[in-house]
Amino acid sequence: MTDHAAQAPLALPASSRVLGQVARRAEAVVLPVAALLVGFAVFSIFLLVQGKSPADFFALTYRAGFGTAFSWQNTLSRTAPLLFAALCVALPARLGLVIIGGEGAMVLGGVAAGAAGVALSGAIGLIALPLMAAFAMIIGGLWIGAVGALRYYRGVNETIASLLMAYIAIALMNHLVEGPLRDPESLNKPSTAPLPTPLRVGDIPGWEVHWGLAFGVLCCVLAWVLIDKTTWGFAARIAGGNMRAAQVQGLAVGPLIIGFTALGGALAGLAGFFEVAAVHGSANASLASGYGYTGILIAFLARHNPLAIIPVAILLAGFEAASGLTQRRMDLPDATTLVLQGFVFVSILMSDTLYGRFKIFTPERWRTGDGK
Amino acid sequence: MENDLGLWVIPLAILGGAIRVSTPFLFVSLGEVLTERSGRINLGLEGTLVFGAMSGYAIAYLTGSPWLGVLAAALGGAFFGLTHGLICSLPRVNDIAVGIAIMILGMGLAFYFGKPYVQPVAPDLPSINFGWWSDVPQVKAALRVNVLFLIGAALAFGMWWMFRATKVGLIVRVVGDSTDAARAMGLRPALIRTLATAAGGAFAGVGGAYLSLFYPGSWNEGISSGQGLMAVALVIFARWNPIACFGAALLFGGAGALGPTLQSVGISEGYYLFFAAPYVLTLGVLIATSSPSRAMTGAPGELSITK
Amino acid sequence: MPITPFSRRGFLKGTAALASATALPQIATAAAHSPMTVGFIYVGPKDDFGYNQAHAEGAAAVKAMDGVVVVEEENVAETTDVQNSMESMINFDSAKLLFPTSFGYFNPHVLEVAPRHPDVRFQHAAGLWTDGMPTNVGSYFGYIGMGQYLNGITAGHATTTKKIGFVAAKPIPQVLLNINSFLLGARQVDPEITCQVIFTGEWSLAVKEAEATNALADAGCDVITCHVDGPKVVMETAAGRDCFVCGYHADQSPLAPEKYLTGAEWNWAGVYTGMVQTMLDGGTIGNFVRGGLADGFIKMSPLGPAVSDASRAQFESVKAEIMAGGFAAIKGPLNDNSGAALLSAGEALVENDIALESMDYLVEGVIGSTS
Repeated sequence: MTDHAAQAPLALPASSRVLGQVARRAEAVVLPVAALLVGFAVFSIFLLVQGKSPADFFALTYRAGFGTAFSWQNTLSRTAPLLFAALCVALPARLGLVIIGGEGAMVLGGVAAGAAGVALSGAIGLIALPLMAAFAMIIGGLWIGAVGALRYYRGVNETIASLLMAYIAIALMNHLVEGPLRDPESLNKPSTAPLPTPLRVGDIPGWEVHWGLAFGVLCCVLAWVLIDKTTWGFAARIAGGNMRAAQVQGLAVGPLIIGFTALGGALAGLAGFFEVAAVHGSANASLASGYGYTGILIAFLARHNPLAIIPVAILLAGFEAASGLTQRRMDLPDATTLVLQGFVFVSILMSDTLYGRFKIFTPERWRTGDGK
Repeated sequence: MENDLGLWVIPLAILGGAIRVSTPFLFVSLGEVLTERSGRINLGLEGTLVFGAMSGYAIAYLTGSPWLGVLAAALGGAFFGLTHGLICSLPRVNDIAVGIAIMILGMGLAFYFGKPYVQPVAPDLPSINFGWWSDVPQVKAALRVNVLFLIGAALAFGMWWMFRATKVGLIVRVVGDSTDAARAMGLRPALIRTLATAAGGAFAGVGGAYLSLFYPGSWNEGISSGQGLMAVALVIFARWNPIACFGAALLFGGAGALGPTLQSVGISEGYYLFFAAPYVLTLGVLIATSSPSRAMTGAPGELSITK
Repeated sequence: MPITPFSRRGFLKGTAALASATALPQIATAAAHSPMTVGFIYVGPKDDFGYNQAHAEGAAAVKAMDGVVVVEEENVAETTDVQNSMESMINFDSAKLLFPTSFGYFNPHVLEVAPRHPDVRFQHAAGLWTDGMPTNVGSYFGYIGMGQYLNGITAGHATTTKKIGFVAAKPIPQVLLNINSFLLGARQVDPEITCQVIFTGEWSLAVKEAEATNALADAGCDVITCHVDGPKVVMETAAGRDCFVCGYHADQSPLAPEKYLTGAEWNWAGVYTGMVQTMLDGGTIGNFVRGGLADGFIKMSPLGPAVSDASRAQFESVKAEIMAGGFAAIKGPLNDNSGAALLSAGEALVENDIALESMDYLVEGVIGSTS
């Protein structure tokens, strides 16, 4: 279909070409939104069966997630790690790889940032912070890049390998913060030494949200440029369509796989850096908090489109920010958010089968002088 | 101190651990073998396992019968398997991704409905004492074998025989090896895969019931530490052979017992790293047994993860 | 703090000023009688037979008070999640008193949120408050090591193998103090007793806790206690291995009625109702509050049926000594388990000694290592 769309427009008048493009883009928006609504509908039925009001649920969620300035602050403050975690899934997904162990890269990136911060504690922020971030990205990149390398050189399934490595990463993090990297002063909560104030990342001026959000949005835009506007991204999409065929055609599949997985891992590592430098102030077991797993859902909801990740991450962050209020007001268990995510996830994946099924979204439908 | 066995405690504890801890691995991996042999992969078995643990515990508590709990866990597991199977029967739907979604949904529902059952105490599944001949309490304890473990072992051999010698086994294998060949034989691959996934889900549910009804024998949200996912990796290690799954499950159970046991004899440096042993072992085995060029021996031809 | 578009407080202040300017008498009366909202935040499920349940029992006692509304959240992670939960309780439920109960909630999360809400009181369970921290934050904690010492006395009487076991989460000072106290209590009965410790590395990890308990039983331990968030699995597994058990955090006797000796429990119900009453009366809670058995911060589970008369007698007499005050479980001469001297004869660390809060050793007789 992609080939067809790329070649056909040459023969067509501009207006129908534009309409065709719009139709194709519309499909990529309308179907996920419809699937999201179906997921909400199924969840509403689930609540009704429990004797709970879906209207109350969504009203409370709106209020606590998006209804007030304070709600927005709550939502946005948890969006940043989700953006990075989702990119860690979405970038390799362009090659058809399903990486679900971003949590591991995030945790180790956090430890790397914490350790680098200790080593650089005398330096000024302008020098130390980029170095800490770079070190976090390198560690995260190596971790997930290794998954890509295992896939390319040994044929090891990347989904399972990345997940196992996430468990290993968490064990390694615990070992490091309670052993070699432990600050002896951190008595009852083993941590690396607290970062000095100049090495802390502050809030975006005028907001009570740290800089991680701005960098997360920036990374989403850059990732979109990489995938949509560069030869690398183009090659990745070809390889994602059919890895073997791409290899036969002489595409350098190895560097692509390792490059995209490493890049994804580096971004997850960056999330770890922000968690340490902007939120916790030192690396400790709190780093393993499950953002990496929510990132999987966001990437799939966004259909691995980096720009779409931004609104989807904000939406899910809003639901999570509101989970406390629904827990308190409606007496719902905290797992309600997880149930909602499950329904939405299943619904989104089912919608995959609908692409290309509706004529209204095909460029052919909008061809003028074509008998239609 | 007559009960001090010195370093003999280590092999004994590993044996005991292998028997105690392996059963969930065994059931999930047998279920996954069945599913993968039919040509699909279900990564959602972790969620199914957790849901099985919750529903098994809840029903056992409410009815007073652990076996009704096991039945409920199997039915719940079959439901999730069926859901996965039906969704994956739709064209262009990625079975790996659906597995992740089912995992989230299964855990979400288990946590949601499991809230009231964290505190109550449900009856345990019975176990058989094979250590009657010994006076050593450690041996007695190690050989206190749960009935589900024995059922699982029997199932492993039964499934091996099924794949080798029965028509059902042949049908599953044909569907798994080539959709086209199966169609040519007049089989309906989507239907057979869906049924195989549902049956696999039921197995995983029973594995979960073992966790909550026998060992560790209680329901809480941290009951599973990734056993469902590791079992999926274990299937690749076992080359889709049910008897090898049995051996692999024992190995993983034993590896899990290693960390605490080493501490009990005084080796306690870096215990986190010992605790990671099962994961490192799984990864190492995957690396050793995978190959970039040739298809894996024993791998079903239609399986997405080995393509 | 700069005034930001996201500061709701500014807006609220404005509204309050407006309200007082118009000063309708009815509103003033309503405000005086409107109940105070108290928020509780737990890191795990509140019916875990352990740490969270102990706090939830305190919350339940507060709920029964007049003029108080209690709001609760479970399973809140030690990340921005808990900051959001606190902010949400303050903004949407007008909570005036918060109990973020998990250790890891304090730094940085409570310290981050508290300065933004000077009119809200934050009470945190652990002795972490120090001078210079926000004054609307308070720390409270109990000397529960004394409870483990008493546990040890019943364990010392119950053991026949002279080996007792401890399933521990992490080698941090609080946990090490509990382990050492448990052994030293047992050694009051018989100085030959040793205590095997196994660390699980996590506060809540069911299979690992069960495996650790089995490993202890395999090593010959016949009385087992623990310090993990939810002791349910340890208690059930140990009793299944025919070991006696001593409880921790909350009363676990229903889990092993025959095998349960006693248990070291938090008594948050008394502490929390006291703090809430202070707030209702318009008083101020101290920033640094702590206490032991005598102050009602901790309590012991009723002694189980397996406790012998001799055991009961010694338990009661030591308990009376502790209640009298000035009791030291950690006293010289004392070596650590590598043989290095810790305290010489005559030296003693009384229950409220600050040195106990940085304990980094296991005493002689404990088999295990802190790293």
